[in-house]
This record gives sequence, structure tokens and C-alpha cells, in this order.
Amino acid sequence: MSRGYPAYAGYDIGDTPAFRGNAGTIAKELMAPESQALPTETVLDSRLTLETPLVLQSGEALSPVTVAYQTYGALNADRSNCVLVCHALTGDQYVCGTHPVTGKPGWWDDLVGPGKVIDTDRFFVVCVNVLGGCMGSTGPKELNPATGRPWGLKFPVITIRDMVQAQAKLLNHLGVEKLFCVTGGSMGAMQVLEWASRYPERVFAAVPIAGSYRHSAQNIVFHEVGRQAIMADPEWRHGAYLEEHKVPKRGLAVARMAAHITYLSEAALHRKFGRRFQDRDAPTYGFDADFQVESYLRYQGSTFVDRFDANSYLYITRAMDYFDLAAENGGVLSNAFAGTPVRFCLISFSSDWLFPTSESRAIAHALNAVAANVSFVEIESDKGHDAFLLDEPEFHQTLQGFIDGAATIHGLPRRGVRNP
Amino acid sequence: MTDTAISTGHATPRIRIDLQQVADLVPPKSRVLDVGCGDGTLLAYLGAAKQVDGRGLELSMARVRAAVSQGLSVIQGNLESDLKDYPTGAFDYAILSQTLQATHRPRAVLEELLRIGRRAIVSFPNFGHWRVRLALLTGGRMPVTTTLADTWFDSPNIHLCTILDFVDLCRDMGVKIESGFALDGQGRQRDFSALGRRANLFSEQAVFVLTRV
Repeated sequence: MSRGYPAYAGYDIGDTPAFRGNAGTIAKELMAPESQALPTETVLDSRLTLETPLVLQSGEALSPVTVAYQTYGALNADRSNCVLVCHALTGDQYVCGTHPVTGKPGWWDDLVGPGKVIDTDRFFVVCVNVLGGCMGSTGPKELNPATGRPWGLKFPVITIRDMVQAQAKLLNHLGVEKLFCVTGGSMGAMQVLEWASRYPERVFAAVPIAGSYRHSAQNIVFHEVGRQAIMADPEWRHGAYLEEHKVPKRGLAVARMAAHITYLSEAALHRKFGRRFQDRDAPTYGFDADFQVESYLRYQGSTFVDRFDANSYLYITRAMDYFDLAAENGGVLSNAFAGTPVRFCLISFSSDWLFPTSESRAIAHALNAVAANVSFVEIESDKGHDAFLLDEPEFHQTLQGFIDGAATIHGLPRRGVRNP
Repeated sequence: MTDTAISTGHATPRIRIDLQQVADLVPPKSRVLDVGCGDGTLLAYLGAAKQVDGRGLELSMARVRAAVSQGLSVIQGNLESDLKDYPTGAFDYAILSQTLQATHRPRAVLEELLRIGRRAIVSFPNFGHWRVRLALLTGGRMPVTTTLADTWFDSPNIHLCTILDFVDLCRDMGVKIESGFALDGQGRQRDFSALGRRANLFSEQAVFVLTRV
């Protein structure tokens, strides 16, 4: 691999120049007591403010609601070539090209672009910063109109369904009645399943990747560790840190570090770092980052705090925890898809222990039970959950086959033929 | 063009002759589940040539990837545990090519095929063929023939049967044999009626179309 991946997307570990160069200073950064305000002013290209309040799954009405989004490629005359890409927990709408904040390639730059698997020469690609996010969409760091101050913990708890509802309203605004395809990994896969279940008539093909129909008990507690780390940081100020010009950097960094472990695998960590020492030949008999793997993880934590809002992290992890498509359908997952016309392609990765293959298989079985059109593939990879963001040729090949097959059936141009 | 045809722009692909014989039994535009579909050769052909709405189930993940990469709807799974998920009568045809003899519970598999599909098309190597019989009689060892090419310790085939055995099982299960034919070593079709009582001796493979009574 010739270049590093953006920090928020998960690195192909150990292959990141920035990480190598900065590793020595990371510990100091993390331990530094002084805090600074988040960079709240970033260049965000497209936004839509909804005209009516959004009625949330909790029953609360949220207003005003702004959705920040990015589009790539052009909508065709039939409005039939739209691909909605749903981002993961800490992803954002900058799918490909250069990210305006990090200056690095977008999180799915390998897959999305002209001539790529999700071909922007043929498809109109839309990605929306999720509700509750911190890249322009309404979330806890935006201003609460009732108080004129950031929402903080006054922000209502949102769900995956709420995120999808906001996306659906944006698509109405963009004139997209029916999606050719909706896809995404991890929390993105949850949104894909919600889309297919909630708006089956608006989806032609759905590709949930490395996902599940419900957040497992183990995943909930990993999130809880992260939330507790944030809330234990004195700078968090019960969620009101923005008003007090503080940032709970250490808590958020620890949350990221804990979560990041779950995105990897022992095999990948061992291959890239093993037990090698960081810039030294022997242990220092202290609590400095002696091991490369420690230094790497600290780096992941420290870079994350510069681009992510701690309260957003609380809200979005909560949304994932609440997701359970089976429970919402009388405990029977197949009820969520009864009579579905959607073509599904489920993709999992062999070393992913956060969203293991068994979860995708359960979805495949539920879809079989309603005679849905479904493909289900597990990709061999030792890169853990993060594999969905990385250069995995078998994954890309499978996804390309599915998308090209679906595009032909949907009457869209073949690969190499530009959208007229 | 139906909503589910895989491809209409390409020339109809050529397939192995025994698969062709099975494909010829499937009417255009029917709904087909190919159980043990391999890399999807038959499904791709049925989609292209007959606008069939086809799905596949395959054990080997590598073959599933190959099939999905062609745009086919295939899932990875074990036919002995996963057929139960499919709803009753979901398909016009459930196809099981050259796999029945490799299953642990062939009778249960047949029952599932006939529950899921209105018809089942089942093909298998005939252990009653004269070459098999001769090999065992003269060599005293498990037969290795062109149709049964593996040695006993490498063979996936654990429940081999003859045509007569299969007909007996169908009778026992109350399954109707709608039609059937033999295939010779080159995959050429031979009518059972022409072979008469000698069918079990002269058929290397058998193909049956079954329905519930």
C-alpha cells in the first residue's frame, strides 16, 4: 500500500507516515492538561435545512434540522442512478476526494470515484453526515434555538431510524424518488437495513457491509466503556464543555482507543506491530509507550479528538446501541423484510469480531425466509472490522460484480459508458 | 425483459452438456433455486437464455464470490441446514445437480427441495451402471470411473445409490416422478423408455423431475 488512510476511516495500520513521524510526541499530547476549543468552522459544501420539524423515534420533535451532505457525479434524466452511501460511527459525508478538514483522501476513496466500483461517471453518489454528527448536520454541538447555546446533553437521543428519515427528506429535496443502491459499512450497514426495511419501494439494491440487524450485547458494552471514558473526563463538564471552552480530549481519546481495538484483529496487530518496541531497544520499566502498538493506539486517540465532538460520540454510539430490527418487528427479523422487492448483497469479513459473519448470515437467513433476492459473501481477510475501509481486492471485486449486475437489470449504463 | 434477467446483451453462454440437459427442463421466466450452484454456471445460463429469476446456495465461499462477482444472487450456506429457511413454494424449480449423493440425509434434502420448489430437478451418478458393477466385481475395490472419479477416501460421495434405489425412495416418500432420462458418459441424453429395464445398467447418470403428489 502506497499511502496512509484518513484517521477517521481506520488506517491500514503501521503504514502511516504521520504516525511514524509523530509517535514520540503522542504521549505528551494526550497527557497535556490544557485544552482548546474544537475547530467548529470548517468548509462544508452542501446543506439543507428541513422546513418542518423532524419527529424522532423517541416522539420528540427536533427543529431546526440541517443535513450536511456531499454529492459526486450527476443525477441522470430518469433520476434512476442515485447511490446513497451511509457512513459509519466516526465517518462523514466526505466519501472520496480530499477531505476538507484532514486533507487526506475520503474514507471510501478506494471504492468511490470515476471508473471505480461505485462509479461516479455512471452513478450519482450522495453521502449525508448523520443526524447527531459533527460535520455540519444537526447534532449536540450545534446551537439550541431555545437557549442560543450549544445543545449539549439537551439534544434529544436519536436513532438509526431518525438518521434514515433525515436522509429520506434530503433525497426528496434532491428529486430522488428511488435509490438505485444504498450501501455502507458498520453503522452504515444498519442504515442500509433500515432503509430497505422502512422504504422498500424506494430502494432497488441494498448492500449492508460488515453490519448487523442489531447491536450485540458485547458491542453495547464496548460503547459504554467509551462513553464512560468521555464522561469521566473533568473537561467534559456534564456535556457543557463547548460553552466553557473546554474539550474532553483525554476521555474522547480513550474512547477512541478502546473502540479502535475492536476494529482490528490480533492477527493484524501482530503482523504490523507484534511486541516490537517504539524507538528503543529495551523496556524502560515505566508507563511510557514502550511498544509500537501502544504508540499507534495513542496516535489514533490523539488525532481523533481534533476532528470529532465528544457529545456526538455519545449520541451516535447510543443510536447504534438502540438498533434492533428484529425487536422492532415482533422479534422476527424476517418480518422487517416481508415481500421485499429489494435485491440484497450482504458482505462480511472473516476476521471481523465486532460484526462477525454470523450476524450477516442471520440476515441472509431472514431474507431467505421471505424469498428475497439475496447474495451473501464472506471475504477472507485478517484485517478485522476495518477491512471494509481497506484495499481488499476480493471485496471490491464482489461488490463490483453485484453493483454491475444490478445496474444492468436496473437499465443503467455498463461500466465504461458514461452517464448520458 | 423481466426485472430479474441477469444479462441480455451478451451471447448465450455455452455450458457443460449435463447442465444443458438440466437447463432444458426449465421453462423461461420461472423462479429457480439452484442448490449447490458452484460458481453459478447454470444460473448465469438460465438468466441469459431463459430470463429465469435464479438464486443459488453454495457451500464453498470461493465459488460464492465467483458467482456474486458475476452479478448472480448466491448465498453461502449448507444445504443440509439452510434449506429450512426458505418458505414453502417459493420457487417453481429447486435444482440439485450431482450433489444428493454427497449429503448426509438425502431423504430429508429431497423433502426440503419439494417443499421449497413446486418441482425438483435432481441428478445423480448411477451406482448401478455396468462399469461400476464390473469394477467392483472384477477388481474387488471401490469403483473409480469417469463419473465417480474419486478414490473412496477422497470422495465426497457418502450416499451413492442406483436408479432403482432412487425410484424406490420416491415411491416410499410418495413423490411423483414426472419425467426422467439417462445421461451417458459424454452427457448425451438417453430415454429411459428406450432403455427399458436396462436403464439401471446402462445409465451413467440420471436426471429426474419430481413433484409432490
